Amino acid sequence: MKKLSRSLSMLALGVALTSTAAHADVSLGMAGPVTGGLAAFGEQFKAGFNMAIDELNASGGVLGQKIVGVIGDDQCDPKQAVAVANDMVGKKVAAVIGHFCSGSSIPASKVYAEEGMIMISPASTNIKLTDERAGPSIFRVIGRDDVQGKIAGAFIAKSYKGKNIAVLDDKSAYAAGLALETNKALEANGLKPVLVDAITPGEKDYTAMVSKLKSLKVDVLYYSGYHPESGLLVKQMAEQGMKAQFISGDALGDNEFAQIAGPASDGAIFTNPPDHCLNPANKAICDKFAAKGTPVATYTLYAYAGVKTWAAAATSAGSFDSKKVVAALAQVSIDTPVGHIQFDGKGDVTDPKYAWHSFKAGKYAQDDSIK
Amino acid sequence: MHYFLQQLINGITLGSIYGLIAIGYTMVYGIIGMINFAHGDVFMVGSFVSLITIIIFGITGTSNVFLGIGVLVLVAAISMVIAGIYGWTIERLAYRPLRGSFRLAPLITAIGVSIFLQNFVQATQGARVKPLQAIISGGFTLLSSDDFVVRITYMQILIVVLTFLLMAGFTYLISKTSLGRAQRACEQDMKMAMLLGIDVNTTISTTFVIGAALAAVAGLMYLLYYGVIDFYIGFSAGIKAFTAAVLGGVGSLPGAMLGGLVIGLIEVFFAAYFSSEYKDVAAFSMLIVVLIFMPQGLLGRPEIEKV
Repeated sequence: MKKLSRSLSMLALGVALTSTAAHADVSLGMAGPVTGGLAAFGEQFKAGFNMAIDELNASGGVLGQKIVGVIGDDQCDPKQAVAVANDMVGKKVAAVIGHFCSGSSIPASKVYAEEGMIMISPASTNIKLTDERAGPSIFRVIGRDDVQGKIAGAFIAKSYKGKNIAVLDDKSAYAAGLALETNKALEANGLKPVLVDAITPGEKDYTAMVSKLKSLKVDVLYYSGYHPESGLLVKQMAEQGMKAQFISGDALGDNEFAQIAGPASDGAIFTNPPDHCLNPANKAICDKFAAKGTPVATYTLYAYAGVKTWAAAATSAGSFDSKKVVAALAQVSIDTPVGHIQFDGKGDVTDPKYAWHSFKAGKYAQDDSIK
Repeated sequence: MHYFLQQLINGITLGSIYGLIAIGYTMVYGIIGMINFAHGDVFMVGSFVSLITIIIFGITGTSNVFLGIGVLVLVAAISMVIAGIYGWTIERLAYRPLRGSFRLAPLITAIGVSIFLQNFVQATQGARVKPLQAIISGGFTLLSSDDFVVRITYMQILIVVLTFLLMAGFTYLISKTSLGRAQRACEQDMKMAMLLGIDVNTTISTTFVIGAALAAVAGLMYLLYYGVIDFYIGFSAGIKAFTAAVLGGVGSLPGAMLGGLVIGLIEVFFAAYFSSEYKDVAAFSMLIVVLIFMPQGLLGRPEIEKV
């Protein structure tokens, strides 16, 4: 009798185990700068990521399973990014939405590709991420620096013909790549910058560079880099009585720039993915983010779209197996708040969009008057 | 010429900030012969305390320099006291129990304290950069030709003047007051100083409190000048300041100031006339060259072997 009850209980335990396995939650990774100088962008990622997962779970999950978010902090440090990638591989997440900085995404993509794990970057724009794609499981839902640089270069060449232009970057993979593409576009339009140089990110004193720009009588400064350094450059330019037009790329898309630069931030312009909240079709989702206390910023909706794209691919593949989902992703065609998403053979979106934005009274907004 | 002058102003300001932090390194070394690696992080804590004080008092920008300075003296006093408490506690908990043990032990705890302070501030204040709107803004045009204007801001003047005043003040303190005499006695021979009735523990504690208070002043200046701080500034500024202290000769206050100025000027002029990418390489190469020919630093006294 005792024996029977034991074997019965073993059986019951076995049933319990298999049933939990069938309904085990599926974990989905997110990687970005949750702490560090660029934590502002990590917060945008987190808001979009969590919102998308909440929505999926509220509508019954993906393939009937609940999604659990796993967040990795790479601080935009390439070494940390590889550690986070290995951690994600160890945790066997279904896919990773990330990373933010191109300098992190590129080394991390090699780890994911080796394991066949899916990576969808909502923010990394360096061309190498897909031009030198580490494997078929690497995708991005954002545009590319050659697209962005072409827009910036063409605009500068047209609007500031004959003026002195300087191009600076911060030596990071993202910034150096974008500066290179912008430079190419400038030269293609027959303009030669008076200065092409780099600064060291993380420092606070850029006065030497500012004086140099002043002595070269620079009218337009194109700076490719993240917003903390941009803020200091603009502030120190104003302090030295310099009035050059500041132009930058999509890493300027946080109002923290204006807090650092102060009143001098007014009039700074940059290329950025369009403000998708201006699209009436997105009103509901934008209001939903605002109600949660995390109003939509540049990358919020891209992280959100990244999760939704993965979910659509997993649903059409009918499995979480990354090989099948990768195949489905290559064929995916889905409407998201950031537009229609469809990948080309390299894992880039087929129709990336950029729009000019400008800072006014401490806030940035899409500015269609810049053409 | 105008360009040179503007870069000179930039370099002297940057050098003064390095010098201001370097004075703290050098004071502690001069007395107990130990590099206090946590000094950079006390500087960072001082800068955060200043920011919190400014926010609590609701201080906003003013173009009246004298009113601005008056208010800031109050902020400085508060953050000096709080940073002083940090300095005293660090010495009491991390260094005093190890005094008399082998030389490397307090160095290791110093690195430990440095990491602790960074993580403590990161955990309590968050990792994002903290901006502050300019309190003392404005400046004036020094020289102007048709195409280049040489500007100097009130903050730059304040930083340079303050650094020189503090350096002069502490040089006087060490060479002329009874506390200074006690400090120098401790430096020469701690046991003998104790036998002669000098309270070694109090003297060392006082030195740490003064060093931390100085770091708080530097932190406040840094905050006001650049307007952005984060939990990591102690490391980056600390490394440069430490280099300045070594270059000038550890233990010598005018040396710290001179070292700071040399490093600041090299960085700025290298960026001005060559490339901004390699200015740190230039600064550290200078350090190596100086140390090869003058191992005791620019103004340091040569180490005398005590037999």
